[in-house]
Amino acid sequence: MSQKPIVQVEHLRKVYGSTVAVDDVSFEVYQGEIFGMVGPNGAGKTTTVECIEGLRQPDGGHIRVLGLDPHHDGYALRARIGIQLQESVLQDRMKVWEALDLFASFYPRSVDWEPLLEQLGLAEKRNTPFAKLSGGQKQRLFIALALVHDPEIVFLDELTTGLDPQARRAMWDLVRQIRGRGKTVFLTTHFMEEAERLCDRVAIMDRGRIIALDTPENLIRMLGVENRVVFTVDGAFELERLSKLSDVTRVETIGERVIVYGRGDGLVGEVVNALTTSGTRFRDLRTEQPNLEDVFLALTGREMRD
Amino acid sequence: MRGFWKLTLMETKLFLREPMAAFFTLAFPLMMLFLFGSIYGNKPTPFFGGYGSVDVSVPAYTAMIIATSGLLSLTIAMASYREHGILRRLKATPLRPQAILGAQVIVIFLMTTLGMALLVIAAKIVYGLRFAGDPLSVLAAFVLSCLSFFALGFVLAGLLPTARTAQIVAMVLFYPMIFLSGAMLPRELLPESIQKFAQVLPLTHVVTLLRGLWIGEPWRDHLGEVGILSALLIIGILISARTFRWE
Repeated sequence: MSQKPIVQVEHLRKVYGSTVAVDDVSFEVYQGEIFGMVGPNGAGKTTTVECIEGLRQPDGGHIRVLGLDPHHDGYALRARIGIQLQESVLQDRMKVWEALDLFASFYPRSVDWEPLLEQLGLAEKRNTPFAKLSGGQKQRLFIALALVHDPEIVFLDELTTGLDPQARRAMWDLVRQIRGRGKTVFLTTHFMEEAERLCDRVAIMDRGRIIALDTPENLIRMLGVENRVVFTVDGAFELERLSKLSDVTRVETIGERVIVYGRGDGLVGEVVNALTTSGTRFRDLRTEQPNLEDVFLALTGREMRD
Repeated sequence: MRGFWKLTLMETKLFLREPMAAFFTLAFPLMMLFLFGSIYGNKPTPFFGGYGSVDVSVPAYTAMIIATSGLLSLTIAMASYREHGILRRLKATPLRPQAILGAQVIVIFLMTTLGMALLVIAAKIVYGLRFAGDPLSVLAAFVLSCLSFFALGFVLAGLLPTARTAQIVAMVLFYPMIFLSGAMLPRELLPESIQKFAQVLPLTHVVTLLRGLWIGEPWRDHLGEVGILSALLIIGILISARTFRWE
């Protein structure tokens, strides 16, 4: 990945009445990456994105997108960026092909949208009115509309909200394909799993501020959140034997359930080995890797709520 | 500009696909024409100053179409476009705001004109509609009336928070107005006190202006109506420029 910043945000601030929606937010998005902004609803993600898109005027700070000021060069910028808005709709009776044909005409330069319909799996729906599309189909149409002018960066705001898990996974593949075509993707989501699976770098946002920004792996590693091995024992169990293992940090027991906390890739092997050699009978063994949910919890002391 | 014309064409198609809007603008006035035409015919009568019932009804129905377009179609469309984020989505493209709103105005104007044209053609063919005025004068008065009512529609769309409330308020204003202004029933049938009261309704002045010019009365007899409708247009633009919201 080249490290050329395509979006630069410095000390962004946006206030609604007495509520500070975005408070001194600074970050950069690099060309060719999938950049994710994740956080609970109301954290300020959408406000941040809409300031970058030039749809809202910041109260403070400095933004550059593709070298342009989104507020002053809004029209020039919008010809070069793709936008999918949160919770947007089109006119009920507008057909899929008409929407693409219409939106293509708004831009000085646009791509042939027929192949786009194909790629997004909408070819069979080309004559279907917007109101008759499923949630996933509507979102795919909005992606198509965001791509119809061959933008350099695409903004996807809460793309998978309201979709079932299967449609959500299909959407992830689409986002990877968009990046595969050399485009930069900026997405917001309140699904930690989505950010973790999809994004090259993630900014965790909470109460208007970015509280962490790095690759998902680094965020998880940096916090030193431990891996867990969980199992159930039948009969006698020597707790000390496990605590002494080099990768193990601590052991908890809740009745027959045992949770072993530790670091390093060898943790599971070590634990299983120790149990086998000591002749301990165990079952239901599984491992739990820390994820971004744990990172959020560790940083804020709160659970991410849906 | 290509985007603007595409949007105008698209909005025209959408208007014609919307059965309610198309019905009230295009079909309902014809139904009124044939209903009352079949009852009263179009024989000249002193009651209508030597004209027939159809002759005085066609300019009045035209006023009704203008009110339907400005108060109902435009208000409800704009309020629902805003509520559903369609205006926002259009604004997230390089389209200029004036192109987005201009397309709406052009479409609604074209549909109003089409409604009037259908009415005039049907009345001419079926009832031998009489016309004693200057076509350009009537057209000018039609354009002024349309723009005034569209401005009113934008004011309502700006002030009312949702499509639902916009629809209710627009209906509450629309129905008394078309009955009391003489747009739907000849005002000669209304008691004098109601005719007096109806002077506060903007639509009354549209009916007076169009009926007057239709039978060849000069502009100087209608400076009052022109003044009121122009004022409505200017005030409407000033208010909606301040209150119109995109989201």
